[in-house]
Amino acid sequence: MSSFPCITLLTALPIVGAIVLLLLGGNKKLVRWTSFGFSLLILLMALAMWHQFDPASGALQFQERHAWIPALNIEYRVGVDGLGLLMVLLSAVVVPISMAASWKIEERVSLYFALMLLLQACLFGAFTALNFVHWFTFWELSLVPAFFLIKIWGGPKRTPAATQFLVYTMVGSVAMLLSFLAIYVATNKFDFVELAQMAQSGQLMPTVLSHISVGRITAHHLELLIFAGVFLGFAVKVPLIPFHTWLPATYSEAPTGTTILLTGAMSKMGVYGFLRILLPIFGIQMQQVLTPLLWLAVATVVLSTYAALAQKDLKRIFAYSSINHLGYCLLAIFAVAKCSGGDAGLIAEKYAAMNGVLLQMFNHGLTAATIFWFIALLEQRSGGLRGLNDFGGLRKVAPVFTGLMGVALFSSLGLPGLNGFIGEFLIFKGSFPLVKWATSISVIGLLVTAIVILGVIQRVFSGPLHEKWATFPDLTTGERVALVPVITLMFVLGLYPQLVLGVINSSVIQMVHQLKF
Amino acid sequence: MAWIVRNLWLIPALPLLAGGIIALAKRSQRVLAASLAIGSMAVSFVLALIAFAHVLSLGYGEHAKEVANINWFQMGQVWVQVGWVLDPLTAVMLVMVTFVGSLIFIYSIGYMHDDENFTRFFCFLALFAAAMLGVVISNSLLLLFMCWEIMGLTSYLLIGFWFHKPSAAAAAKKAFIVTRIGDLGLFIGMAWLYAQTGTLLFFDAGKGCVEPSALSALVSHTTIFGWTLSTAIGLLIFCGAAGKSGQVPLHVWLPDAMEGPTPVSALIHAATMVAAGVFLIARVYPLMAAQVPSVLTPTLALQVVTWVGAITAVFASLIAVAQWDIKRILAYSTVAQLGYMMMGLGVGGVSIGMFHLITHAFFKALLFLGAGSVIHGCSGEQDIRHMGGLKKSMRVTWLVYTAGTLALCGVVPFAGFWSKDEILHSAFAFSLTRVPFYLGAFGALLTAFYMTRQYIYVFFGTTNRPAVHQDFKHEEPAAIEHGHHSPHESPAVMTVPLVVLSVFAVLLGFMGAPFWPWFQSFIEGAPVAFSAAPFMEALPLMAVSSMIVLVGIGLGWALYGRRPITSATAPDVLEAAQPQVFGVLNHAFYVDAFYKATFVRLNDWAAAISDWFDRWVWSGVVQVVSYSTLGFAWFDNFVDTNVVNGGFDEGCETVSRGGKLLSLLQNGRAQSYLRMIGLALIVLVVILLWEARA
Repeated sequence: MSSFPCITLLTALPIVGAIVLLLLGGNKKLVRWTSFGFSLLILLMALAMWHQFDPASGALQFQERHAWIPALNIEYRVGVDGLGLLMVLLSAVVVPISMAASWKIEERVSLYFALMLLLQACLFGAFTALNFVHWFTFWELSLVPAFFLIKIWGGPKRTPAATQFLVYTMVGSVAMLLSFLAIYVATNKFDFVELAQMAQSGQLMPTVLSHISVGRITAHHLELLIFAGVFLGFAVKVPLIPFHTWLPATYSEAPTGTTILLTGAMSKMGVYGFLRILLPIFGIQMQQVLTPLLWLAVATVVLSTYAALAQKDLKRIFAYSSINHLGYCLLAIFAVAKCSGGDAGLIAEKYAAMNGVLLQMFNHGLTAATIFWFIALLEQRSGGLRGLNDFGGLRKVAPVFTGLMGVALFSSLGLPGLNGFIGEFLIFKGSFPLVKWATSISVIGLLVTAIVILGVIQRVFSGPLHEKWATFPDLTTGERVALVPVITLMFVLGLYPQLVLGVINSSVIQMVHQLKF
Repeated sequence: MAWIVRNLWLIPALPLLAGGIIALAKRSQRVLAASLAIGSMAVSFVLALIAFAHVLSLGYGEHAKEVANINWFQMGQVWVQVGWVLDPLTAVMLVMVTFVGSLIFIYSIGYMHDDENFTRFFCFLALFAAAMLGVVISNSLLLLFMCWEIMGLTSYLLIGFWFHKPSAAAAAKKAFIVTRIGDLGLFIGMAWLYAQTGTLLFFDAGKGCVEPSALSALVSHTTIFGWTLSTAIGLLIFCGAAGKSGQVPLHVWLPDAMEGPTPVSALIHAATMVAAGVFLIARVYPLMAAQVPSVLTPTLALQVVTWVGAITAVFASLIAVAQWDIKRILAYSTVAQLGYMMMGLGVGGVSIGMFHLITHAFFKALLFLGAGSVIHGCSGEQDIRHMGGLKKSMRVTWLVYTAGTLALCGVVPFAGFWSKDEILHSAFAFSLTRVPFYLGAFGALLTAFYMTRQYIYVFFGTTNRPAVHQDFKHEEPAAIEHGHHSPHESPAVMTVPLVVLSVFAVLLGFMGAPFWPWFQSFIEGAPVAFSAAPFMEALPLMAVSSMIVLVGIGLGWALYGRRPITSATAPDVLEAAQPQVFGVLNHAFYVDAFYKATFVRLNDWAAAISDWFDRWVWSGVVQVVSYSTLGFAWFDNFVDTNVVNGGFDEGCETVSRGGKLLSLLQNGRAQSYLRMIGLALIVLVVILLWEARA
């Protein structure tokens, strides 16, 4: 463990960048390049952390711990294990992508990019915090830049979309806050690590229930109610059907660069919460209501992909597709929660499922971000059109565009050799022995996703060329230079998943071993 | 470990590298593309021969499989391994794929000569070869599955090669999705097998998933319907194989796949890729055949394979009888022959099925390339009614096509005769039922019949029956641009590969003839001897099957050959006799229409319902909650303003005046807020630092 405050610095850097941008003011070109430079600097710093990280240890690293409000037992405590580091890396990768996709934003440029950097700071904060108050601050704060990004630069229905986004997520957060306050009142603890230890030893809920009683609600129901509050907060964020209705509107109304941030990085906050908070602290309660949870996950996987099939707007299609991809993560998490305890025969399956979840989170972030980037490029060329039926035959005039976007699309489809496959395989490999029927039904999602994506390729790129697009420009050199590293990363992760798995595996082993309820 | 075993990965890696380089090449670098693809394939062929020689040198009776496994990624406490295996099965497939592949690559130079995306074509071909060779050498079901899917992708890209044709784009999508339906079974089967055996390596010094210790564990557990685990997993894997190999009911994509350029149909949709399903079953055969030692009947998994194969053979042959498109006839014939292979695996084991796979690869590639030559010579025409009399204008093509046709029909001593006869022979000896044998025999009759029909339509009768070039839909753009009007022979770059293939179509069968079953012994690792006894034993059945074939050919000749066909619009003889039956066959038993009316519609409904639920139910609940909240807020506001506030208004005036002053700070511009926050932060930091120093 180094005493150098890496994480604090990493979180502060985007804030500094945002301030610099705001002070810079009017020169658009300068602002764009400065912000992009900052995002690359941050990426470099995240990579340096990755380099320093000890992959053999599953423990928390780069820890910093300071008293903050001792009277309330609130600490400034940050640190990352494999999961946290992976999410930090993902955020660091997604932000430059979203900036590149926002290059053509012309209004209030400095504010736009400053808000993006602020959002990144909130993401870093949320992915590294180990104390509830500290974490919750960033979790909530992240809504503010996201709200303004949608509200100011969004599409025609941006105002209701932004409001819905804010209010809906806030409702989940409030529920979560209440639950954590209940726990705090009883235990005087806000620290995730300590709370998890209490939960694993089976003391947490008895302590809480001995301190709190609400009217005539039985102890058992109260326990579930506390769980439900936290669950709601994360379920909205991921999202899990039926708590997802804010998402399609938000993703399609947000400026595409912001959509990239929302789907690439912010949606992972929900899954992260499931892994870091819900599973270790509320595993027992999760197990009690596992069957309905599993059905929700299956419904999320299947219904979202069918809904994607019915959409005509590219952004909405991939919004639903995002729900589908994260649905697999939840399926695997619930599967792991089902068979806790010491069944040694299933431990290998749990490793597989959890590794799959983490891999899927990273890969979905990368792939979805890239697909939305291509949609942004498409919008720039078509004057804002992005309907499924607005195009046709583009491959003839834009072969490189088609080829590279094709790679991203097939990665989303889970084609082996690209990044999406191994994560999905590990999820199914691990979940199938744990929850056979739920997993078997979920494969429908894999099939329909293929139908959706091939449908997009067929409608947009194949067939006779529409006259309107006879002069559709192919990717410029600059765009190619920007895209190639990302596309290359897809191949690299597809062929050499050890690059990510090496970082997370030890942490996964530790996480699985901690689940002793 | 021998050099070739250690470096077996080079065989798929070379075409992969070539494909990668071609992908970066410019459209105009045609020579580079073709030479890279063909060169890499040729080197792979040489390596495959070395591998083959190495396996031969191990001697008969040697059952050992040489494997090389490497760590791929970490998962939990273990490393997931992948690797490659060299055994007789792999060696035979490697030689076949690289050899047939090389020939078809060369042929493509001529066939695709005028296509503007020539370079891209060779890129896809090379990638395909890499994936197929990867499937063949893979020693891990996971790696095999990955290559299998990539192979599916290249198939998708090549079927849709002429992407501007909506029919080609639709066919490509259909192929990918139909095979993916089967692949999902394989995917689940793979997950299950992994969970049960803890490995996906086929062979791993006794610990592999198709080695005895794993299998004995699998057969001792039962699951749903009382099946053993090996049966359940075997059937799931068979789903994947059935999808890829076009078995009923997943055969619908293969005829449509003929939208691709003809070399693609020959290489991918006849000779190699579609046979991968058969190969997969051969690879996991120990799993399919595993059962408790006391039981002697074939396993349920093998029975299913047999039945599906037999039904497919007859079903597709019947459809082929009533098709007009030269490539579609061959496509249905491919489906039927794949059925034979599956049946061969089911009743006779790996060597029987694989023998037919190998001979079929050669003569079917020959037939498709011959058909391509015909199409090329007829300026893109694919309807056999508009051909005719081509034996005069296309001598070489005619001769080689004759060899291919005889091989497919199963006439002594052409290749197809020996391999098909082996299958029928095993089916005859099948212990459970003889129905698959009768189906197979009937299929053989039909095969001889429809091939004779096609042969006569194409090569006999009047030359160039009035063709409707312009409005004919299936014209291949590559050929149209030629603009030739009278049939002409194809260039040497196309005919030479044809001649080479035809030599194999004639001779290859002797490798596995009953009097010298070298092939079967090689695959099974048993010593081979030249002996007349099995031959004498097989003789009666051979006589019967030869009779069947002769009847089929005779029937075809009697119906189509006696009077020269002179008109393209005249109805088929069968059509005239039985219009309803012919219609049903011509529409392929309306399977596509049936799927459209059921599965496709169901899928559309599911999409519509999900969307509707999203818009009205889930959102509806949210709307109700939010509007009731708003209603409550309005009520609260009403009470506040009219009841509570009255007295306060006065006092508030004073406050509001003060507020106006303060509001200057709050002008509502997010920028200035943030600027203030930023400045304040800086000030704060400075103060803190100051204090820290103090």
